[in-house]
Amino acid sequence: MAEKYRPEDLREPGAMPAADWKDLAAPMRKGTYSHAGSPKHAEYLGLPNVREWQPHDEDWKLPPDWKEIILNGMRERLGRYRSFRLFMETCVRCGACADKCHFFLGTGDPRNMPVLRAELLRSVYRGEFTLPGKIFGKFIGARRLSEQIIKEWFYYFYQCTECRRCAVYCPYGIDTAEITMMGRELLNLIGVNINWIVEPASNCYRTGNHLGLQPHTFRDNIDFAVGEIRDITGITVEPSINRKGAELLFVIPSADIFADPHIFTFYGYLMMLHEAGIDYTLSAFASEGGNFGLFHSSELMKRLNAKIYAESRRLGVKWILGGECGHMWRVIHQYMDTMNGPADFLETPRSPVTGTVFDHVSSTKMLHICEFTADLVHHGKLGLDPSRNNGYRVTYHDSCNPARAMGLFEEPRAIIRASCDHFHEMPEQTIREHTFCCGSGSGIGTDENLETRLRGGLPRAEAVRHVRERHGVNMLACICAIDKATLPTLMQFWVPGVEVCGAHELLGNALVMKGETPRTVNLRGEPLAEEGHERQ
Amino acid sequence: MKVAGAIALAALAAAAAWAGALLGMKSLIGIALPYAGCIILVAGMLCRIARWALTPVPFTITVTCGQQRSLPWVKPERLDNPQRPSAAAARMLLETALFRSLFRNTRAGRSGHSIVYGSSKWLWLGSMSFHWTMLIILLRHLRLVIEPVPAWTGLLQRVDGIFHIGTPPLLMTDIIITGAILYLFVRRITDRRLAYISLFQDYFLLALVAAAALSGIYLRHFSRVDLLAVKRYALGLLSFSPVLPPDAPPSFYVHIMLVSLLAAAIPAGKISHMAGIFFSPTRNAAGDSRRRRHINPWNPPVSTHTYDEWEEEFRERLVKSGYDIEGDRHG
Repeated sequence: MAEKYRPEDLREPGAMPAADWKDLAAPMRKGTYSHAGSPKHAEYLGLPNVREWQPHDEDWKLPPDWKEIILNGMRERLGRYRSFRLFMETCVRCGACADKCHFFLGTGDPRNMPVLRAELLRSVYRGEFTLPGKIFGKFIGARRLSEQIIKEWFYYFYQCTECRRCAVYCPYGIDTAEITMMGRELLNLIGVNINWIVEPASNCYRTGNHLGLQPHTFRDNIDFAVGEIRDITGITVEPSINRKGAELLFVIPSADIFADPHIFTFYGYLMMLHEAGIDYTLSAFASEGGNFGLFHSSELMKRLNAKIYAESRRLGVKWILGGECGHMWRVIHQYMDTMNGPADFLETPRSPVTGTVFDHVSSTKMLHICEFTADLVHHGKLGLDPSRNNGYRVTYHDSCNPARAMGLFEEPRAIIRASCDHFHEMPEQTIREHTFCCGSGSGIGTDENLETRLRGGLPRAEAVRHVRERHGVNMLACICAIDKATLPTLMQFWVPGVEVCGAHELLGNALVMKGETPRTVNLRGEPLAEEGHERQ
Repeated sequence: MKVAGAIALAALAAAAAWAGALLGMKSLIGIALPYAGCIILVAGMLCRIARWALTPVPFTITVTCGQQRSLPWVKPERLDNPQRPSAAAARMLLETALFRSLFRNTRAGRSGHSIVYGSSKWLWLGSMSFHWTMLIILLRHLRLVIEPVPAWTGLLQRVDGIFHIGTPPLLMTDIIITGAILYLFVRRITDRRLAYISLFQDYFLLALVAAAALSGIYLRHFSRVDLLAVKRYALGLLSFSPVLPPDAPPSFYVHIMLVSLLAAAIPAGKISHMAGIFFSPTRNAAGDSRRRRHINPWNPPVSTHTYDEWEEEFRERLVKSGYDIEGDRHG
């Protein structure tokens, strides 16, 4: 897909339009937006206004009372979310957020400045819900709702990855993710959605995972991983599925068992859990930690997330471990307990190896695998030979949600530092809480909007290029399934020669397992490199 | 258009007050307007605050800007990733006192093909100067409404005029606030992005506050009002038996008018951020959502796809590939 584009064409941002944004229709150019949700999947989820339509159609076939639905939806949400009401009323348009958005930096489109993205909604709030707005109208930035605005919302609320970088810099903590979430919830009320969200959500609802893998395929994929690990290490790891009475339930983003390079991280998990002697089970029913409901509505998020606690109750496990994923951890850290808790039938996670009680998750009872593994590494419970990763010069991309919705910074770094000898940080304005999104999160990682993704990913890619040129970095580690799916395309396009992996892939490479055969290849099946010899 | 209109409207308000004072509408401007401004300010802010306070916060949505508290050997960032309400309060206090988020500000630029991020503290400096001098100016004014005059307002006044330039001494805050407003105004015009996002009210409120400040400076340095009479007037307003200062010049009424308008504008729009910031759910809450369960008062029941339904649909395949099945319904 990326062959259609050339870096020199996408590197420069577009010019500022001369016309005022309040009257400007969304550009709706092919390659910059995602396709509409398929009726089949929308129907399965019971979503409103199911129909065949596409964003480039003139007529979006909105329900006759669409305006009323949107305005009622706004009124309802203004009463339910303090964030929404507050963020509609307190912005002073100081502009600190403007150049913090990767989409603005990449596209130059002023409506991608977080402040304007919010104004798209705020102007309608003023125009429809406040007296001055009704009287003075556009003069004070107020607009009456129109079909053109619905199209504009669609375009720009699906051109935000809810990464929350702007919120770090906002003096009032105005979080564009909240604005985008409200905007998308409203659009979904009239059946304006995108397939890359609706289809995975429907698959997940039905089968348990985004791709719609049925239980037998789920098992086959895990058996495949077990075979690969045996070939590489000579050790047979024994993961179980849907096993009652295991100590813990392990929930991963499902991409970890079918996608490349996710699967290598999956090998790493299984090897670590085997080596540490953990009594765990996977579940085919709750085989997805990722939650595309987050990108649709809080209701759908809750419907999908409910499986995790329900399954841990059915299986009678003591606590839950979660894999490397970005938005999954937003949901687990900030929503799950509130929505589907209390998890009073579970126990506070305790490492059976080190005895560490993870009391920072004493209510949710769900631990991030990086927290678990970092504890093992710190206590020296894993034999690690970092020289096996000598072919890699590694940098680490903080995924948005674990960064800005959790503060998970040191745990993955502890694992990576212990697993490889060549680790180089990107510039400080691009990591940790300042980290740049991959440009494809929040359900917009499709091929249809590739131009937007490539442009939005430019700030991240530029930071990688910096460490590639300076330190010869050739491996970009991350702990997010969407990153693993979309960063390879981004790297190939902007910084050829850099591959993408998870923290646990590096750990798996370095892990010295009891009774293993001497390693000749890494988890990707590539020959181990000598010190100083980069794989290329 | 927006800029000119905003300046014109603020100037018009000032001119109207001047003309009004000359045309014998002193009671209207000097008594009715301040009361109206105060009522709108207090009632408006109370309404806003009540509405924010009564609107639920369904989820913990803290934006974490530092390392979480997890493992004992990992050093947590107590302020930027607060884990207790007290730490969140400290984060908020420092945010409101020192504008830490703005202090983080960077400016992205292009250097050849690369995107580079430079430090950008001007906005922080401008806002800090504006807000802090505004506070000091308000505190200075308290000597006009408190009897007997507290010693600290005198001290404040003396420190503010420490350079002893002119009589009465030029106050530093007057100079700083004028400069800060000018900066905030000019950047909205000269920065293309800001010009694109700025609305009429952004310019107007700055013009209004500038006009109020300038009228105050004029009053102090050029028109020399009788401070004792002004104090009797202020105390009269407070005790609901207002007496206008007998020989006050028109510029006095201009100042009163502009300040009253400004007071009324506070709850009407974006200046309500002065109270709103304290309610901001991304900043005022501890990010302890895995340690402590947050309650959503409207947590709605939803339909889910249950395990039983799932097993029912895939039973054949489950059995074939060797899954354990819930015994009671199988066979």
